[in-house]
Amino acid sequence: MKVAVLRGGRSLERQVSLRSGARVEDALTALGHDVVPLDADDSLVAALKSERPDVTFVALHGPGGEDGTVQELLEILGIPYTGSGVAACVRSMDKVLAKHEMRAAGVPTPDWFAFNATAFRELGAAEALADIHSQLGFPLVVKPAAQGSSLGVRFAAAEGEVPEALVGAFSYDDRVLLERHVSGRELAVSILAGDPLPPVEALPKEEDRFDYEARYEIGRTEYVCPAEIGAAEATAVADAAAAAYRALGCDGFGRVDLILADDGPEVIEVNAIPGLTDTSLTPMAAEAAGIGFEQLCGRIVELALERPRLAPSG
Amino acid sequence: MPERHDQAAGSQRSAGDPATASHRRAHTRARDLERYAGLFAERTRVMRSSAMRDLMEITARPDVISLAGGLPDTSTFPPETFAAQMTRIAQESAAEALQYGPTEGFDRTKGCIREVMVAEGMDPDPDDIIVTTGGQQAIDLVAKTFVDPGDVVICEGPTYPGVVPVLCSYQAETIQVGIDDDGMRVDELDEVLDRLAAGGRRPKFIYSVPSFQNPAGVTLSAERRRRLVEIAREREVLVIEDNPYGLLRYEEAQALDPLYKLDGGDYVIYVGTLSKILSPGIRLGWLCAPPPVMEKIVLGKQATDLCTSTLTQYFVAEYFAEGRWREYVSDLIGIYRDRRDTMLDALDQHFPGQATWTRPGGGLFVWATLPDYLDTTDLLAKALRREVAFVPGAAAYLDGSGTNAMRLNFSGSKPEEIREGIRRIGQVIAEQVELFETITGEHRAVTHSPLASPGSGPASGSAADARTAAGPGDVVPFRKRGE
Repeated sequence: MKVAVLRGGRSLERQVSLRSGARVEDALTALGHDVVPLDADDSLVAALKSERPDVTFVALHGPGGEDGTVQELLEILGIPYTGSGVAACVRSMDKVLAKHEMRAAGVPTPDWFAFNATAFRELGAAEALADIHSQLGFPLVVKPAAQGSSLGVRFAAAEGEVPEALVGAFSYDDRVLLERHVSGRELAVSILAGDPLPPVEALPKEEDRFDYEARYEIGRTEYVCPAEIGAAEATAVADAAAAAYRALGCDGFGRVDLILADDGPEVIEVNAIPGLTDTSLTPMAAEAAGIGFEQLCGRIVELALERPRLAPSG
Repeated sequence: MPERHDQAAGSQRSAGDPATASHRRAHTRARDLERYAGLFAERTRVMRSSAMRDLMEITARPDVISLAGGLPDTSTFPPETFAAQMTRIAQESAAEALQYGPTEGFDRTKGCIREVMVAEGMDPDPDDIIVTTGGQQAIDLVAKTFVDPGDVVICEGPTYPGVVPVLCSYQAETIQVGIDDDGMRVDELDEVLDRLAAGGRRPKFIYSVPSFQNPAGVTLSAERRRRLVEIAREREVLVIEDNPYGLLRYEEAQALDPLYKLDGGDYVIYVGTLSKILSPGIRLGWLCAPPPVMEKIVLGKQATDLCTSTLTQYFVAEYFAEGRWREYVSDLIGIYRDRRDTMLDALDQHFPGQATWTRPGGGLFVWATLPDYLDTTDLLAKALRREVAFVPGAAAYLDGSGTNAMRLNFSGSKPEEIREGIRRIGQVIAEQVELFETITGEHRAVTHSPLASPGSGPASGSAADARTAAGPGDVVPFRKRGE
């Protein structure tokens, strides 16, 4: 079978995507597929038209590749593709929209408020900051609505730190959210064909708790899979993850990040195209479930071929 | 929880297709990484990977105007000269040029190096010179020779970003001394040395780029040069003078004496390079040190690479024999001066009043300082969406400071690109400044330089107060624009 692997692209996560893509190419080649790696650049549509792959493996991360844009093009071209469809990608990449969907579906997610820059520029939203602070408390998490990695995510421990954090987050997106900080254990649940895989727990060193850099460095954050949690907690976590995945309409595979607080799990975000690099969490979870990386990629491709095509909208 | 696509497996950008490099990495499994992790030397733990690195990789995209590099413009080097010299080497000295050479370098190369140093008023003994694989190796050899884990090294803050991984890998405890328009704050250095002495400690060396510093573009004043050399003598501390840009001087003013000349080569170890006046690709640098130090350095170099490329040294000798190297340098000076002027002009025109920057009299870089509430790594992400790049200031510090500064290179881009690049960065800054002011409902103070004229900015806020109270190791802001 001819499989195009889309990787690279123009998002800030280009490098990660290249690593995910390379590994997927290896796996699919080992499975006997005819693999065509394609960079998601301005020649993408032309390349897809001339290659006519049977299926496309989307190994893109971040805006452009994970937000429905590429998926929409693949729908237009009539080429089956891996992972979630257009609508689920749109919902997952937009953290604000995702939270609304989850809230509506009864999936626990921390309280939040969201703004775009216009609200500050034109509507005097600054006046509302004090109300936000009193309702959400400190520390607050400030993050761009549409950035896939943790770039631009800041913790504000006190009121004075909020404006700086907001300006930082607004560097990545025109919309940001302020979220109540939930303390607890950090878990990631990957989902394959609707079924939760064993949870991965991230154990950053205490001093690195709020340090973005630490997450990128081997040895500074430890990952445990399956996470050492009780059976009841494991069920609650898996249920919350599956519910979040369903609420956003995800398909094929995905990864749900949660905090396991004292009173149960809260979903932070859903990644429509989780990292598939050598140290990413989804391959780690699959392996813990006895699914090797090749098998994982093969299954993701099968799921893409089973999915019916989207009807043209409008 | 945040995405954590781990990037521990690779550390350096590959020169070719980035996909090829990642393809190889793709073969490494997580458990392999764990296995290697147990084998890594202690010193690798401090070689920090960085979120910034992924951003910096994007700056290499061809559609990005990159003011992030530090590249000299090699496009003006005449290809026919290059061809003729290499042909002559092949015809006349093929066997020798393809052979190993002495670790210290050939005498002919040292003769060329001497010419360059004489041009800056120095007169080194050829025995005190060792030819190295670029200035970077010279710095590495110095650190290798002097630094045990935990030893104190002092450098400027901001410092040359390329020295940061060197100091980290030898596990130096680095103290950064602030700088202003006159280069390193030597008074502050004195305080730092006093403080260290009080604790019974002495730095192994002080690393400095006194002329047209990378990244700040500032030059150590004549008075401070004298004082620095005095301090070195009084306290018996070594100074590493890294001088890649001394000959790239764009003003008529008299060149300042190198520290090496002032000191006579007792306490000052000199590092030079042909990278900025001939070619970085040939990897030819050197180091001048007194004999006892040289002995150790030679041993260190033997262990590292036995000798500097013989072929390169033959090329350099041929090139210098033609006697036109100074002409080429003055061509470069003309080109770079024009680019610097363009950048300064564009900064005046396009950067908002809250920003300040240096006005370098030479070298390759301008250093801009923004209000302290702006983080230039975040700003780079926004700038990349407008297809322009710079180096975030944090790259020039070991302790995570410098987050509100940026390094702008003017040597590697054409004037029209520089102008457009600065316009775009200015716009991004202005938008974030405006947003901050809208959010806070206040106009916070500019970070004032002691040199700024009183009343040139809005009322002082907490940020400015903190600056005034800046102690040793803090950043000292620069002259406000237009002054």
